Amino acid sequence: MTTTTPTKRTVPALSRLPGIPGRVLPVIATFVLFVLLFGAGSVRYEGFTSGQVFANLFIDNAFLIVLAVGMTFVILTGGIDLSVGAVVALSTMVAAAALRAGLPAPVVILLVLAIGTGLGVLMGLVIHHFELQPFIVTLAGMFMARGLCFVIGVESISIKDPFFRALATGTIELPGGVVITWSVVIALAIVAAAVWVLHRTRFGRTIYAIGGSESSATLMGLPVGRVKVAAYAISGLCAAVAGLLFSVYMLSGYGLHAVGMELDAIASVVIGGTLLSGGVGYVLGSLLGVLVLGVIQTLISFQGTLSSWWTKIAIGTLLLLFIVMQRLFMRRTP
Amino acid sequence: MSTVQTAGAAGVLERVRGSRLLWPLVALVALIAANAARNPGFLSIRLQDGHLYGSLVDILKNGAPTLLIALGMTLVIATRGIDLSVGAVAAIAGAVTCTTIVGSSDPTSPAAALTGIGLALALCLVLGLWNGFLVSLLGIQPIIATLVLMTAGRGIAMLITDGQIITVRNDFYREIGAGFLLFPISILIALAALVAVALVTRRTALGLLIESVGINPEASRLAGLRSRTIIWTVYVFAALCAGVAGLMISSNVSAADANSAGLWIEMDAILAVVIGGSSLAGGKYSLSGTLVGALIIQTLTTTVYSMGIAPEVTLVFKALVVIAVCLLQAPKVRERFRRRRRSQDPTSPSSPSTSGSLAPEEDSPAPTAHEPAGDAASDSKQKVAQS
Amino acid sequence: MTDTPSTRTAQPGGPVSTGAPVVAMRGISMEFPGVKALQDVDFRLFPGEVHALMGENGAGKSTLIKVLTGVYTATAGTTQLQGGQVAFSGPAEAQAAGVSTVYQEVNLCPNLSVAENILLGREPRRFGSIDMAATRTRAEELLGRMGLTIDPGSILAEHPIAIQQLVAIARAVAVDAQVLILDEPTSSLDQDEVAELFRIMRHLRDEGVAILFVSHFLEQVYEIADRMTVLRNGRLVGEHLTKDLSRLQLVSAMIGRELGVLEEVERLAADASDEAGGTPVLEATGLGRRGSIAPFDLRIGAGEVVGLAGLLGSGRTELARLLFGADRADSGVVRVAGREVHLRTPRSAISAGIAFCSEDRKGEGILGDLSIRDNLVLAMQAARGWARPIPKRTKDELVEKWMTALDIRPNNPDALVGKLSGGNQQKVLLARWLVTQPKLLILDEPTRGIDIGAKAQIQKLVTELAAEGMAVVYISAELEEVARLAHRVVVLKDRSKVAELDGSASVDDIMHLIATSDSEQVAS
Repeated sequence: MTTTTPTKRTVPALSRLPGIPGRVLPVIATFVLFVLLFGAGSVRYEGFTSGQVFANLFIDNAFLIVLAVGMTFVILTGGIDLSVGAVVALSTMVAAAALRAGLPAPVVILLVLAIGTGLGVLMGLVIHHFELQPFIVTLAGMFMARGLCFVIGVESISIKDPFFRALATGTIELPGGVVITWSVVIALAIVAAAVWVLHRTRFGRTIYAIGGSESSATLMGLPVGRVKVAAYAISGLCAAVAGLLFSVYMLSGYGLHAVGMELDAIASVVIGGTLLSGGVGYVLGSLLGVLVLGVIQTLISFQGTLSSWWTKIAIGTLLLLFIVMQRLFMRRTP
Repeated sequence: MSTVQTAGAAGVLERVRGSRLLWPLVALVALIAANAARNPGFLSIRLQDGHLYGSLVDILKNGAPTLLIALGMTLVIATRGIDLSVGAVAAIAGAVTCTTIVGSSDPTSPAAALTGIGLALALCLVLGLWNGFLVSLLGIQPIIATLVLMTAGRGIAMLITDGQIITVRNDFYREIGAGFLLFPISILIALAALVAVALVTRRTALGLLIESVGINPEASRLAGLRSRTIIWTVYVFAALCAGVAGLMISSNVSAADANSAGLWIEMDAILAVVIGGSSLAGGKYSLSGTLVGALIIQTLTTTVYSMGIAPEVTLVFKALVVIAVCLLQAPKVRERFRRRRRSQDPTSPSSPSTSGSLAPEEDSPAPTAHEPAGDAASDSKQKVAQS
Repeated sequence: MTDTPSTRTAQPGGPVSTGAPVVAMRGISMEFPGVKALQDVDFRLFPGEVHALMGENGAGKSTLIKVLTGVYTATAGTTQLQGGQVAFSGPAEAQAAGVSTVYQEVNLCPNLSVAENILLGREPRRFGSIDMAATRTRAEELLGRMGLTIDPGSILAEHPIAIQQLVAIARAVAVDAQVLILDEPTSSLDQDEVAELFRIMRHLRDEGVAILFVSHFLEQVYEIADRMTVLRNGRLVGEHLTKDLSRLQLVSAMIGRELGVLEEVERLAADASDEAGGTPVLEATGLGRRGSIAPFDLRIGAGEVVGLAGLLGSGRTELARLLFGADRADSGVVRVAGREVHLRTPRSAISAGIAFCSEDRKGEGILGDLSIRDNLVLAMQAARGWARPIPKRTKDELVEKWMTALDIRPNNPDALVGKLSGGNQQKVLLARWLVTQPKLLILDEPTRGIDIGAKAQIQKLVTELAAEGMAVVYISAELEEVARLAHRVVVLKDRSKVAELDGSASVDDIMHLIATSDSEQVAS
């Protein structure tokens, strides 16, 4: 970075943040990690190197991708949303109960989306207008959403609606015989939309500005309040979409669905290189983060002898690695 | 909804702003009164075989693990931190003890139990050191540093129990969570810990040093405080509290369930601290507040349970309580009350959210004078902290 | 009464712009519960002038600015912009109407690019998408207009504070601001940077922008301002053309009391310098840290005030931090009273009898949420360890003694330090160290951003402490202050020590050394 000032003095740039290569580096590292893990799987297990295994990563994690996108918006503003897992559960529950009650599928979908977005807006309003910590407000939101699940019903409700069933079984064949589901298409469309919004709209840039310095953003005359509330609304909306995808995936609604999924979403975002302090990160990084989690799950299932709890340990370890890496990297940058 | 509540409370709040502990106490008494009204037997306590029985005793007994964890959490939060891993640590403690007992030569002997407990607490110490290492030495944000162990910890617990629920039959071990010494032993342990911490932090300078670190770590370091050691210590203490709480939970049912033991207890503990009036932003803390907070949460759980509603629905009430308490304590809201009260003043800033958030820190007296709300709030907070 | 005709000395026909004022505030009063921050203040600002708003802290400068930009709504009075009545709801609305503000702290987003920081919220768009190329071009134009050639695509945090400050101004004028408010923009800039800022200010003034300038540095005000408005205790003292008001008149208008105290400082310093140079309290040999300051030698005697002079970034703060163990040295030896010590942490320095007041009072000094009492005893308590609390009576005596000695206000040990004025916070910080009875006191910019009264008190205290035998390292961006107080001046440049001058050195001598390019010229 060359800095030429008219006064021709060279003051060492005391960057508090990594420079351009710095901010992309974690994403590259995540990508390399993904390739390595996938490569390792290909070497060890027969049948791993198929397009379908790769496609399955998307199919099995479509809801998590959507969730991670919403979480990225919130974390970029410097906040956090702990309620998303519970909102996923609530969405499955509402969908299942409403379908059982005979409401038509499109109405149910709109209802679920409205509830998710509404919860997000509500939490955002409380966070912004009362200056409460996002952590504690979304924690309350999480309790609220989980509790509401059990108000609807304590038992699991199965979904028999033909539209949902069709979505669950319907597939799209890609060239090369690889099959994907509609969920994947929806998830990827949401990723694309998020990339555009974050990088090519004033709204998106304001998200980054708030994460960089909220007080500055306010003084710069940016609509901080509206954008912050909108970030939580987007996260709520994404959680509702993820909930719909999850109910299609499971074909049931249950209050104990998606327990701890908010942690997976946060882990994906962090592994994808987004700083938890806000202002730095990419949606595509979060997508890669989800794929890394997915490939670890796939590896463990291919291994067969390993129990599923190894997944948790592996995710924890990876999370640690990436956090420490971010930390060390930021220190080394002078 | 909140506005209606808050507007009605404004007058009262003005009168009682001297104490932050008042509202939590009112809530606790109201909860107990509501229970007593519904079920006259609620308040009765009877003595039988040297044990106390009654709903209130149950509340104490079941609330002990939450109280203990909240105690550790209070100190962590006072240093500007948070420990999300306590639930997982509690599960690990139970898992280690039960597997050790089951694997020992005589699974019913006190020696087996003691070995297990010793091992479990040693492991908790290590886990606490680990969290403290990440936060104080590597400087990772506490919420994320402890998220690592929160995620991986349950996996570790499952690894230890091999995914099974391990049941033990050891009378000595059972005493910790289910035993009585007139009062439930678990609450005696938790209260003893609370009193010990209160004495140690308030009679010595430890409390001041912890608060200093929470208010400004760098300034504290430059004033010669061992900030890192202090931060490290509170995480170790929190993990030990979580370990003992994990023992209580597992001992109470004589089993270790890696999946559900201590699930969401970190949230309960954080809620207890917040309800008790300590700020999540660190600094001043209140141990008596934490005690009241933990009791409120347990009473709430018991209430919902005794009303015949599915226990999971408690979550909705917890959510409502936490939002209400947070709103009541938010400086922002208090400021608004005050404004409304003295508000024959139509010219007060039209958009309070802007004026509050951006007044740049400056050496002029105007902002100073402008924040009577914050002032009073901090004053009262101080009083609580000293109690 | 505050608006007597005699105070209106500015007449049309002066060197500055004539005609209608762009801003006219009349009868502004602002009351907070218990405090009248502004009382019936008039203020006007003409296009094409640099107008300094002068006053001690608490005079009401910030409040007036906040009323103008809509952060506060005045209790009484009217504000006109271009002849039309306005009452902004906040800075955003003020900005949209052409009133932009640049604050003391750079209020930009460090994580975004320079171009984005300039145009955030008003990026050129095409079909709803931000037009990246156009954004860049527009930013380049605006930077060019100010004579800045920095890469608009570079991340803001990579630039020094001074450049960030200039970027903030570029943003402020990007909206075709008619009124530009600069609230203490120079407090973290060194002299070259200030000159650069002034060049840009003049440039904008000549384009017709009305600039409202707030600064604590009298020299700068006299260099740049065409007109001044002086406030005291929330009241208007007067509006004057700069050329009609002498420095002495200005200062007495601002503080409204005798200037004797400043003269006394000068006399005391002169007295003390005669007896300076006793036994060395601290002796550093080859002390240095890579990337922060080149190895240097330094010897400080008891009762001696050693001034560190140099521009921002010259290494003066870095040197002080090494002496205090706040940063760890990677070469060299330090002896305190003849014994070698290892200054690995502030703790080790404190136990060696060294104390340090950081330049960043809020971030590295006071603990705002704690009381004056707790702040005062903190260093002493930390040195004793947590297990040995200071007995309550001792504590009360110490607090009483130092609050009186340093005239800390309010006189209530339970008051929260965060609510005190800057000067009083600085005094609390000083007291925190004096309680520990240090042998060496390092003061990094102790008088920055505090009012003249407190400034004089602190300078006087330094000379008194030295007279009692304490060694003091004194850092200040104001060379006059260093030259006046110090028995010896160490000059730093480009992160190394370039010279050491005795107490008779003048500001010109120091400036000469700083300005000369060859840093190898003097071996000390």
